Amino acid sequence: MSYAKVLRCRKCGQEYSLQPVNVCEFCFSPLEVNYDYKALSGVISRDKIMSGPRSMWRYCDLLPVDEKAVDIGTGFTPLVKADNLGRKLGLEQLYIKNDCLNPTYSFKDRAVSVAVTKAIECGFDTVACASTGNLAASVAAHAAKANLKAYVFVPSNLESGKLIGAAIYNPVLVEVEGSYDDVNRLCSRITKRYNWGFININLRPYYAEGSKTIGYEIAEQLGWRAPSYVVAPAASGLLFTRIWKGLDELAMLRLIEPVNTHMYVAQAAGSSPIVNSFNAGTLHIHPVKPDTIAKSIAIGNPADGYYALMVARQSGGGACAVSDEEAIEGMGLLAQTEGIFAEATGGVVIASLKKLASSGAINKQEITVVVITGAGPRTQEVLSDIVKPVTVQPTLESFEEKFNQKA
Amino acid sequence: MAKREVMFTFPRQLIKEPVIYKLGKEFDVITNIRRADVSENKGWVVLELEGEEKAIERGIAWVRSQGVRVDPVPGDVVEG
Repeated sequence: MSYAKVLRCRKCGQEYSLQPVNVCEFCFSPLEVNYDYKALSGVISRDKIMSGPRSMWRYCDLLPVDEKAVDIGTGFTPLVKADNLGRKLGLEQLYIKNDCLNPTYSFKDRAVSVAVTKAIECGFDTVACASTGNLAASVAAHAAKANLKAYVFVPSNLESGKLIGAAIYNPVLVEVEGSYDDVNRLCSRITKRYNWGFININLRPYYAEGSKTIGYEIAEQLGWRAPSYVVAPAASGLLFTRIWKGLDELAMLRLIEPVNTHMYVAQAAGSSPIVNSFNAGTLHIHPVKPDTIAKSIAIGNPADGYYALMVARQSGGGACAVSDEEAIEGMGLLAQTEGIFAEATGGVVIASLKKLASSGAINKQEITVVVITGAGPRTQEVLSDIVKPVTVQPTLESFEEKFNQKA
Repeated sequence: MAKREVMFTFPRQLIKEPVIYKLGKEFDVITNIRRADVSENKGWVVLELEGEEKAIERGIAWVRSQGVRVDPVPGDVVEG
């Protein structure tokens, strides 16, 4: 059973029942799920968690749903010790949380699995989202599994190839003739008018909680302890705040020692409103117009930007932005040292890690975890110029001549 | 009547201008401020606009034309 108690406004503290609503009606700030931690502490234990399924649902007591989970096999992804990459960057205890290995190839499955389960609890027969890639695929896949109708809204200028990963699950794909802002506005209005579960609008508080499981898994896979450093990407900022919340909750429930993790946020320089505010020392996130190849983190007006900024500051962490060229270099570095093919966002994270390591921000002897959130094959177009084969005739002589080999 | 939640971000040169007053007066849009932070060199205001859909659209277009940035609250919906 769930120990979720209320939705609480992160700004003014106003409380709401556990309904499909995402903003406080007084101050328009985001709502967050709060739990009965006292009751939870009496039932939860490391043993209980470890006897659960090898998926994110081993942490079901810490998630805000009662219904049987809509689970397509998400979570408990590998935390791999990255010795090769660590050597390159001068870090002795580097780990990679590889969330490419979720059913639809990104961390979004964690959030969507919870949100779609909640949608069923709320009695919705239709779920929807606005996305240009990873979220669309995840929502469509979970809707298929749950026998729900799915609407996926996309801007009209998107290449059709980007949507194959969603279209295979047969959602209703709605192409909106207009700008990115027009899609935002239309979806907000649709949420108000139709009785749908809009995954990242009215179901957003529940969607957010699914991302906590990355934090739980990192701690469990490190032998029930929090790392000294986490480097993770931020788009809306939600994932970044929830990794922190996940670690913090485990400490609150005495499943790990008090957390002293420095949280570093990574963004692409072409869409870095959170990093900009961190560096400027301000508390307000100034929206920007995104311009980066890392499309899955190209959000100019991040809903949880302020809270991500606060996590970076209060944890004694920091913020780092890298160029598209550095991101592509980062993708290559990760693939060529650890055999992991991440999307451009992963390149942003690795390039940021490289910068942080060389600046001395990270103590090389302490445990550092980088979070890789999505797989590379969905966005291969950013790498179109890397295929440079050596051509040979179908003879041994030709091969040996080209490669200067002798038997 | 429609409602819209928006955030206005004011550049320094517009801090002294009564943009929200004019929006209400000239476009027949009811403005209801929920949160704000305004100092001598920057300012943002989160507010609800209420009125006819077309009046809200025209009003927002005018506010933008004055040099104020207008963003949806609580942030972008389209994700990667």
